[in-house]
Amino acid sequence: MARQKRGRELSARDEILANIRRSLNVTGAEAPRRMAVEDRLARPRAGIVPARGQGDAAARVATFKAEAERAQASVVEVEGAAEAPGEIARYLRDSNLPATLRMGEDPRLAAMPWDETTLEIARGASDGHDLNAVSGAFAGIAESGTLTLVSGADNPTTLNFLPDNHFIIVAASDIVGDLESVWRKLRERYGKGAMPRTVNMITGPSRSGDIEQTLLLGAHGPRRLHIVIVREM
Amino acid sequence: MSEMPDSTHFKENAHAALQDAPLQNALRFVRGNFVEKRAAAAARLPEFEALRDSARDIKDHALAHLDLYLEAYEAKVVAAGGHVHYALTAKEGVDIVLKLCQERGAKAVTKGKSMIAEEMGLNAALEAAGIDPIETDLGEYIIQLRGETPSHIIAPAVHLSKEQVEADFRRVHRDLPDGRDLSRPELLLTEARGVLRDKFLSADIGVTGANFLIAETGTSIIVTNEGNGDLTQILPKVHIVLASLEKIVPTLEDAAQLLRVLARSATGQDMSVYTTLSTGPRRPGDPDGPEEYHVVLIDNGRSAMLGGDFEDMLRCIRCGACMNHCPVYQAIGGHAYGSVYPGPMGAVLTPSLTGIAKGGHLPNASTFCGRCEAVCPVRIPLPNMMRHWREREFERHLSPAAMRYGIGFWAFFAKRPTLYRLSTDLAMRALHLIGRARGRFRSLPFAGGWTRYRDLPAPQGATFQSQWRARSGAVN
Repeated sequence: MARQKRGRELSARDEILANIRRSLNVTGAEAPRRMAVEDRLARPRAGIVPARGQGDAAARVATFKAEAERAQASVVEVEGAAEAPGEIARYLRDSNLPATLRMGEDPRLAAMPWDETTLEIARGASDGHDLNAVSGAFAGIAESGTLTLVSGADNPTTLNFLPDNHFIIVAASDIVGDLESVWRKLRERYGKGAMPRTVNMITGPSRSGDIEQTLLLGAHGPRRLHIVIVREM
Repeated sequence: MSEMPDSTHFKENAHAALQDAPLQNALRFVRGNFVEKRAAAAARLPEFEALRDSARDIKDHALAHLDLYLEAYEAKVVAAGGHVHYALTAKEGVDIVLKLCQERGAKAVTKGKSMIAEEMGLNAALEAAGIDPIETDLGEYIIQLRGETPSHIIAPAVHLSKEQVEADFRRVHRDLPDGRDLSRPELLLTEARGVLRDKFLSADIGVTGANFLIAETGTSIIVTNEGNGDLTQILPKVHIVLASLEKIVPTLEDAAQLLRVLARSATGQDMSVYTTLSTGPRRPGDPDGPEEYHVVLIDNGRSAMLGGDFEDMLRCIRCGACMNHCPVYQAIGGHAYGSVYPGPMGAVLTPSLTGIAKGGHLPNASTFCGRCEAVCPVRIPLPNMMRHWREREFERHLSPAAMRYGIGFWAFFAKRPTLYRLSTDLAMRALHLIGRARGRFRSLPFAGGWTRYRDLPAPQGATFQSQWRARSGAVN
């Protein structure tokens, strides 16, 4: 090891930083460099934002729906939150799937009339033995038909990956145009420079193309992704 | 472990690959699928070319301030309750992971797909320490069963047919019924899903790579389609992230620019199915997620590349577009390169990491057609950098004697224009006379390398220079 040869205690961290600075021909103390970095971190700049996701609320919902369907998700719009449980029960029935459903403690979900369906509801994180789960989205992104979910007791991250069939309920008012709008929403909720443990951005059901480049749905995550857009949450 | 080719025998490996019928059959999928899908995705987004410029500029900025962004990133990871470890070499990185595993008494480690882990040789080291590494990406799982290395950076098993995968599953999954049907890809996928599900749930530690590290928030991002990377990082008690230094980008906004070119360049998707941002361990009140979060930052040659001829290579976001579009990769696949990273990006990166004596042949595996640079999402001048390596190889007398004499012979004539003109005139006329009956040669002395695979068209009689002179009246 170079640092032992030199006969002084230098951590790998210090040595790597020293190597970088030697290569860049800087000391790390230069004020203009430090200011450039501080400024960039304090005031993140949006670069090129595709026009595709832009438009008014109705346009964003329409684009979101079309893009999510391109990514092999199914999408249904309902008028109010009260209709969401019925839609999920219908989907399970029509797909000949068991009437079971796991969910977290999201108050938006808790307020929905699940007892008006025959669904057997379980709550909390998944241990890998659930067929169906429902989550409430933090946001939808029109430009790519992507859903954003944040970790926590409201919507446990395991529900996004372990069940075979994943339902995600998103309020139309939470469908934004682009990734940058999600970052803004995250900063509003969690504070600048802070994040929840996990942010999952999900675009369609799980898939693999690893065998002869044939696209197959349902690799390790959900085989089906059904999105319920609630117009008035 | 079956024997894998090494870079010093690139020529022999390439020759063998061309004769390998199953491999040639499998490579059809690279030639078609990837190229068309990327073109369609790029065409569908009017801002795509501008995003490539933006992506290039972000990486350049991050590299020029890498020391400061690393410090900012580290502070944020620590503030979120995570740990950052630094490794100067691949070996140091392996030692850090082994120590973390051993201190926690880990027996089984699930792994998301990670090229830096391949570079580190992590699986072999874990096995040697009595720890079971389990690759969970379907392609990685398949090649792990075969004792192979990835032949492509995003499609590691692209060199295999479904029949080969079926044979491996029957060989390894011995507790499943013999007579089961595995004739279709979806049946193979379902079997792998079932086998790996149990391993996800019982693993002690999960190891993933990182596509990006965000200095603003101390976040690591992984981009996958299967969901295996997520199950790897949320189920075990400990999540270890392996990342090379150049994965750092300043802000979430910067990551958005890069994400918009990454999936489109790689698989032709607008977004991969799962883009996951992880910041620190499980929070109070979280019902799931890892209790410990460690990041191992690995240098292994990167800091030395900064500020030099190959700095641009550090912009690479590992999408694989350069190899998908490379006529050499398309013809021989990834294993012939004998290095962790194949294709044009590998030909540039490998000599930087392993030294020119070992990896110096790889930059010769190019026709300089320029397609790699034309599709690179961060506009890395790959052909130019391969040319740099060729020059270095020549200067250091590492190229073969026949080639050096050949070039010297050509240079003798090239420096004497009159002699060059006279001798090429004479040679072309002679070849024209000999070959005029057929119009082409089936074999020719000194040109066996060409005529073994195709005929050489007979010259039309006049040289380019004499035709040019006849048309425009001037050469010099």
